[in-house]
Amino acid sequence: MGNRLSFLAQLALTLLVAAFLIVPAILSMLAGVTANYFRGIRSGLTLQWVMQVWELYADTIVRSFAVALITLAVTLIVGVPAAYALHVRGDRLARAVEEIITLPLAIPGLAIALALLLAYGGLSDFRRSSLFIVAGHVVFTLPFMVRSVIAVFALIDVKTLDESASSLGASAWRRFRDVIVPNAVPGILAGSLMVVTLSLGEFNLTWMLHTPLTKTLPVGLADSYASMRLEVASAYTLVFFVMIIPLLVAMQIFADRAGRQVALR
Amino acid sequence: MTHRLFVRLSLLPLAVVVVAFFLLPMLQLIITGASGDLGLSAYAAILFEPRYRATLINTVLLAAATTVATLVIATVSGLFLQRHRFFGRAILVAMLTFPLAFPGVVVGFMIILLAGRQGLIGDVTLLLLGEKLVFAYSIAGLFLGYLYFSIPRVILTIMAAVEKLDRSLEEAARALGARPWAIHRDVILPALAPAIVASGAIVFATAMGAFGTAFTLATNIDVLPMLIYTEFTLSANIAMAAALSVGLGLVAWAILALARSFSGNTIAAAG
Repeated sequence: MGNRLSFLAQLALTLLVAAFLIVPAILSMLAGVTANYFRGIRSGLTLQWVMQVWELYADTIVRSFAVALITLAVTLIVGVPAAYALHVRGDRLARAVEEIITLPLAIPGLAIALALLLAYGGLSDFRRSSLFIVAGHVVFTLPFMVRSVIAVFALIDVKTLDESASSLGASAWRRFRDVIVPNAVPGILAGSLMVVTLSLGEFNLTWMLHTPLTKTLPVGLADSYASMRLEVASAYTLVFFVMIIPLLVAMQIFADRAGRQVALR
Repeated sequence: MTHRLFVRLSLLPLAVVVVAFFLLPMLQLIITGASGDLGLSAYAAILFEPRYRATLINTVLLAAATTVATLVIATVSGLFLQRHRFFGRAILVAMLTFPLAFPGVVVGFMIILLAGRQGLIGDVTLLLLGEKLVFAYSIAGLFLGYLYFSIPRVILTIMAAVEKLDRSLEEAARALGARPWAIHRDVILPALAPAIVASGAIVFATAMGAFGTAFTLATNIDVLPMLIYTEFTLSANIAMAAALSVGLGLVAWAILALARSFSGNTIAAAG
């Protein structure tokens, strides 16, 4: 009897929390396609708000994708070799470096953005370009790429692979390209999904780093929440959901598969 | 090219990026914090100037309340979801983790839809009580927003920790005659402590530094990130904004470092 009651109480709490999280998201999706939110769904469904979002904010959507892809390219070029080197060394220096590159996760984005502004705000060409935002995103997302690749290296025996390739006469670069990177693919993919998802949604840094000509999607969202009617803000949020959900699903599938692989070992 | 040289070269791009876009700017931030009218004592002003101190206390209290509430809710729900199999469980888990990738601004908008002027809670209370309850733009709204982005993160961590629990310990306790409540208190919770401490630290540090949610809910909520923002943009008090940022960064980092020394690994993703 007591057990049953406790089960129901826990279920009720969990359902309440789920409702708290999901109801507003559903409200916002509905509001984005409702003709008049104040009058509710009976006022009819429409795509006019989504169209209006496209007219007003298409540039922010395109820019967000561009920033995310450039950020991804940089984190790949910088992060994958670094993960390899840090794993191979595995000494105190490597641990210290890992510690330092993880710091941006502990320090609030606002502080990092201020630091970047103080250091580079004077270089006006750089300050005015979207690359300024990329710099912030790279600092913030790099640890995820490096850690996710290192995690894969920890599962496979990189040293043996490396040594056997070396005994066959492969140069360091060829070993890295033909042996190390192909083996690190699961970590690289997981890291890439994380980097793109985080970059697309990044606001704390971006709000400080953007200029009126380099607005990204989350910056535009904040803009629309402050100044647009609820339906337009909701439609814009809906566009963001549509962009982000496939990435989340991919990440989930990936995590499940990785979990199974680990379980098999 | 020797192997050692190749390994060193592999670290070069990382060194350049981290030094140029993180370490040097942070150094500049620390120096700027001490370069205003107050000099080095700008850092002391965070604690002793009444306005800054009040904001700091507000922020710490709000972050602490968020941490406690999130941990209680997520531990109960996480244990429940991992221990029971029932129809719709997978969907429930998906619903609870869906908001994981929402930026702070979107979370703020979710709270507006719940508790804002055209919000659901207002509509319901108008219908039931004849009065429209609107609290999105107050400290209660901010608290709800912080809960919104903290709960999904912590539930996942707790569920993973529950999965790794050694069930034979609980069976032993049960065989020795312990009641369910005693088993929870003496066996399950102590075993979950590292996960709880780690995720609590992440929630606290994230809540201290969260900017997007406070920004969207705007109005006159005095929390540290909003103070930094207004000092920087409206008052153009760049030195004080830098000093406050350094202080905020130090607190967030220290909390995470402390928790990690207690429980192993913590990794945060700012909201």
